[in-house]
Amino acid sequence: MSTLKIMARDNYQEKFDETEEKESSMPVQQEGFDETISKKRKVVIPGEVIVSGEDFLPSDGTKRSGDDIVAMRYGLSEESGMVVKVLPITGAFIPRRNNVVIGRVSNITMNGWVVDIDWANPAFLPIDESPRFINKNEMDQFLAVGDILIAKIWGMNQRGIDLSLRSRGLGKLEGGFMFRVIPARVPRIIGKEGSMISLIKDKTGANIVVGQNGWVWINAETADSAIKARKVIEFIVDNFHQEGLTDKVEDFLAK
Amino acid sequence: MVEKFKRIDGRKLNELRPMTAKVGVVPNADGSAIFSFGNTIAIAAVYGPRLLHPQHMQDSQKAILRVNYDLLSFSVNDRKKPGPNRRSQEISKVTEWALSPVIDLKQFPNTVIDVQIYIIQADAGTRTAGINAASMALAHAGIPMADLVCSVAVGKQDEHIVLDLNKAEEDFEEGEGATDFPVAKLANSDEYTLLQLDGNIPSNRVKEVLAMANSACKDIYEVQKNALKEFVK
Repeated sequence: MSTLKIMARDNYQEKFDETEEKESSMPVQQEGFDETISKKRKVVIPGEVIVSGEDFLPSDGTKRSGDDIVAMRYGLSEESGMVVKVLPITGAFIPRRNNVVIGRVSNITMNGWVVDIDWANPAFLPIDESPRFINKNEMDQFLAVGDILIAKIWGMNQRGIDLSLRSRGLGKLEGGFMFRVIPARVPRIIGKEGSMISLIKDKTGANIVVGQNGWVWINAETADSAIKARKVIEFIVDNFHQEGLTDKVEDFLAK
Repeated sequence: MVEKFKRIDGRKLNELRPMTAKVGVVPNADGSAIFSFGNTIAIAAVYGPRLLHPQHMQDSQKAILRVNYDLLSFSVNDRKKPGPNRRSQEISKVTEWALSPVIDLKQFPNTVIDVQIYIIQADAGTRTAGINAASMALAHAGIPMADLVCSVAVGKQDEHIVLDLNKAEEDFEEGEGATDFPVAKLANSDEYTLLQLDGNIPSNRVKEVLAMANSACKDIYEVQKNALKEFVK
């Protein structure tokens, strides 16, 4: 339970880190996906003019071209105040700093673990970033090749991605199973301030962890609740664009 | 005199074949699209940005775009020998050049964006249908792009400039014969990313060809746009 609260907060943090100078003007609902402002969203395609006017500021996925704010990618446009951005709805995972991701250990080196996080370049978890002291000769007792973990992207550079486990809720995931969803729709699974995911966890009784890279891990006491949790997550991903999704998810869970 | 000229399938000189388009047709791809001009059908699938092997091809400044065009063996009347050939390699390359100017490759250093184009039914204009499908698939894959790319072939039958030739028209042999002039351009500006010419055309008529391609690209863009917007419904 605590894991998800942390994650929700981390997503929130991430949005702020990207646009530090705009921090004061950014409303709180940036974090998950807020259904209450869905009326202002519309589908845009690359090259399409979203709004015209000197007053607007281009943000993620947009650029200024003369008087117009033009979409640079396919997705849902959103105007929050003067800031215009495009929320992606499809595509591969693109890592950002402070993303919380689920990964799988693919190799152990002298001073850390190489982790597959579904991105072109491998991620690296240094031994110093583990939550407690680990003897270099016994690294595979903490994380062996093939183990699943939840970690935070702590830094990105030319060589690759550095991970960290030094936050509450991060670490190895034991038992359960994992599957993939479209990474761009993860905010919808989490919902505003983690509302959607806590709803699913309450109703199914399963323990769920969602990584920003679209990997979802579920562990439950009974197979039925695990299957139900997976089905409802896939339902959300397929119906990401619908309004009043929370009500539909509640109906789905009641079935 | 121009009015008297009849095209083989009865279209007007500046009339496109009926178009269809849809995105999200390949479940395992990051983005995909199908596009058809009459009987020519192209499927495009986009994978990535993802790890590029062999490693020496990696560019530390930007991603590379890798296009593979394949005319499938059952797409033509006489079975085509499967696998890459001189023609498909050339079309892959020109498609790559037609698409790369709109894509912001600098955001993903050391990676590759793979575009697979399969022609499942061929009736002339396969490279243009492939470019249209690939541009939609790239957008659908969430790749940062400046604009969509629209592509159409303009041709000449005897001395008449006609739009979007089909196979029968491409094989036209009377008078001056047939000319094929594929064009690709950005949807919202007059910037061309592909100009090829197979046949003969007087240089003073090229403007006529481009004007015809420009107006056709507006229609193609509408089809592409609607397909992408209908995906979310």
